[in-house]
Amino acid sequence: MCRIGAIKSKNYIHPSMALQLMQSQQKGHDNSGFAMVMQDLGGIFENYKHMPTLSMACTDEGLNLAENILHEAGFRRVIQWAPETSPSDDLDIIAMPNYVFQTFSYPKSYKYASPEEKEELLLDMRLKMRAALEPGDQGYVYSFWPDVVTLKEIGDPRDIGTFFNLWEADEHFTAKVITAQCRQNTNYDIVRYAAHPFFLQGYTGLANGENTFYQKNKEMQIKLHHGYIGFESDSQCFLYTLHYVHRQLKWPLHYFKHVITPLPFDELKEREDAEQLLAIRQSLANLEINGPNTIIGVLPDNTLFTCCDAKKLRPVVLGRTDDTVVISSEVCGINDILPERDWSTDIYPNERELVVINDRLEVERWKQ
Amino acid sequence: METVKIHDATPNDLPWKIIYDASRCTLCGSCVAACSFRAIEAKIERRRMVFSEGDVPDPKARFSAVPVIKQVNSLKNYCRGCGICEKVCPNDAIRPVRNPDTRMPVVTRCEAGESIKRGGRKNLTGSIRTLDQLRVGRISQMTDPSLDAQRHTFDMLAPFGRILPADELPLKLGDNGQLVRCGHTPPVNWIYPVIIGDMSIGALSWRMWEGVAMAVAYLNEECGLPVRMSSGEGGVPSRLLKSRYLKYLILQIASGHFGWNRILQAMPHMVEDPAGVLIKIGQGAKPGDGGLLQAQKVAEHIMAIRGVPKTDLLSPPNHQGLYSIEESVQKMFLSFNAAFKFRVPVAIKVAASSTSVSVFNNLVRDPYNIVGGFFIDGIDGGTAAAHEVSLDHTGHPIVSKLRDCYLAAVTQGRQGQIPLWAGGGLGKTGDLAADAFKMMCLGANGVFTGKLILQMAGCVGNDQGRCNACNTGLCPAGITSQIPVLAHRLDPEKVAENIVNYFLAMDQELKKMMAPIGNSSLPIGRSDALVAMDKAVADRLQVQYVC
Repeated sequence: MCRIGAIKSKNYIHPSMALQLMQSQQKGHDNSGFAMVMQDLGGIFENYKHMPTLSMACTDEGLNLAENILHEAGFRRVIQWAPETSPSDDLDIIAMPNYVFQTFSYPKSYKYASPEEKEELLLDMRLKMRAALEPGDQGYVYSFWPDVVTLKEIGDPRDIGTFFNLWEADEHFTAKVITAQCRQNTNYDIVRYAAHPFFLQGYTGLANGENTFYQKNKEMQIKLHHGYIGFESDSQCFLYTLHYVHRQLKWPLHYFKHVITPLPFDELKEREDAEQLLAIRQSLANLEINGPNTIIGVLPDNTLFTCCDAKKLRPVVLGRTDDTVVISSEVCGINDILPERDWSTDIYPNERELVVINDRLEVERWKQ
Repeated sequence: METVKIHDATPNDLPWKIIYDASRCTLCGSCVAACSFRAIEAKIERRRMVFSEGDVPDPKARFSAVPVIKQVNSLKNYCRGCGICEKVCPNDAIRPVRNPDTRMPVVTRCEAGESIKRGGRKNLTGSIRTLDQLRVGRISQMTDPSLDAQRHTFDMLAPFGRILPADELPLKLGDNGQLVRCGHTPPVNWIYPVIIGDMSIGALSWRMWEGVAMAVAYLNEECGLPVRMSSGEGGVPSRLLKSRYLKYLILQIASGHFGWNRILQAMPHMVEDPAGVLIKIGQGAKPGDGGLLQAQKVAEHIMAIRGVPKTDLLSPPNHQGLYSIEESVQKMFLSFNAAFKFRVPVAIKVAASSTSVSVFNNLVRDPYNIVGGFFIDGIDGGTAAAHEVSLDHTGHPIVSKLRDCYLAAVTQGRQGQIPLWAGGGLGKTGDLAADAFKMMCLGANGVFTGKLILQMAGCVGNDQGRCNACNTGLCPAGITSQIPVLAHRLDPEKVAENIVNYFLAMDQELKKMMAPIGNSSLPIGRSDALVAMDKAVADRLQVQYVC
């Protein structure tokens, strides 16, 4: 079973905190991988927040392919950072030859482009690189987006941390929002793309559970947006629905909950907004989820949220201090990284709740 | 002694033979009185008994006249095997048995020069039903827990009406951060995923129709199951049209337009909208054929409701004046939508055919969004009257066709926009919940059923040629007869009770199938939940093959 976690802080934090959050929950997962998305970056990326950063793991050939694609399109590298690795035969990790974190400037022709045009360009570039690197398994392009880096690896999370020297905190590689997950797929093949968090155009999604409406979600989403690809995991569907509802339809976040776990008809018809909710339910019936799930998501403005399936069949807990909020599958992880917090203010969200944390770290509980 | 000629019909030419045990018979006459087909009669047999008295053989003959019950030698009044004689006999003295050597299919055509007509369903069996080769094979274990059919709540409703894609919904963001409506959306009614399908007054006895209508009202008002019934093409009693129960009724119009005069006249007096309008283009049991109500069933009240004289009532094979899908969309749908001021969803019912996907595509791409449902009826559907050759040999199975239509919608990203409803032999084995569930996994939003409802009411017919005499108006159970003495055999209250109980059982069974796959709402399109034990079926339906 997956274990998921998210940290949002007023200060820049190091991924060691995320590793620590997940470490104490290791009995709940199978130590088969570690993946994280860092947003609102500090350290070496802090001064380049408006420029897209490429996160990928690849071979030398893959690196060439990707760089050529970006250069051809007019992107120019501004900064690059490669994690110092500590390879050892004792470590349980299936490492790739290169881990690339590079920030680029936009092509000159995009000097006066609208944000939407830039967003489309970044997505198209990522999809193009991904497609180019797929033959021969030349690499994995996780994200290409401003102020975001992604790392995904197969192996024991502890050893992955050791390999990348992530256990020791420093000030170079930090962010204010880190989402993490520690397990490889069991339903489908083990591929790096199948590890959540998943990322698309500023939206991040990760989940603990099993989306039993995967097939109908997938069949619908394939036609909704050209960025909805892969489907290596049923949890990708949550991200795509979030992206579709919030970005494409431009509906406020709370409608995401109405789409994935609509109110039962009996409750719905008693509401003042019954008409709208019914229209949403029927039009997006294929994006409803089922089965046990806890979802954590991040919006482009770094708003963090969590919600559950309609029967509350998976755990999640939120703990907080004045400057940090942590969401996690199990409370033991939060106890480890926020030992001094007032645990009586911990929140165990129910099946009809959406818990939202904004940039001021205010925690709001929205009842569906 | 009568001379028997080789061409005379005798019981061994007929599909059923009466086995009669004179030694058990008390000659009470119940069987003869009860046989609605007049297939048996009281007769006198001349018996000869040879006996000898005294010490030496001295044979003598004694003749006697013995009253007996005999099968009628008639191609018209032949035994249908309904078994009512056996049912009423206090001494088990009489029963029909199937005659495997029947010459009926040949003899009756030779004698009458006409095609054979009957009711019921396709009688050619022999292969395993496709639905029985499918199992719900994706069972929730551990990582995604099964639900508890008794404890958890389930949301089991299906849409009837046109559904817009989300990006076309007339919603805008209000000042308070909530979406508000800023335009019209087509009407959609959320109803129970099993519709009682399309059986007209006329095809059914008025008492049967009343029983079904009572069951529907009870299911809605007492059991909380929003079950809808389709009127069939034959009109609706005025009193019902003007009552609040109209909301449980889907009004059907077919090529004969029977009963619509009354419906139109009642419109100003309607206090509720009907649940929907269903335009019947075709029917699975007799694709390419219209309705067929034979004159013997056109009783006085049928003449009144339909506004017709006593004659064979034949609905034309197609809607006169409609020669293209576009035309049907524009003319019929628009006029019916307009008739109820766009408050009532309008759907179409077609016979499953190799061409169904084209028709469906045409409707789902219609930019006016006015078709609110696609009802596909397969070859195993029932009918009150059809030519036997149509029943047995024309048509298209429902399962793959429903799947084709669903996948056509998926290919275009339009799944769910026109709800798919499937019928035609569903529940044939008695397990409608299982059939409905599997059809939903293959893409149906819901199913409709007719013949099974008759069986709930007490129909003694089956798909091996038993009874199948709905067309004659001589239904021994009073279900499809307009003859008062036969119709009164049927107790409408008991009909309603049986239907209600069946639906309650089915509702439980649907939950018992949703629970193990861990779904609290209907598994529309969840073909991943199905497995097939037959490779060809698996490939055709795109579900996992298992062995």
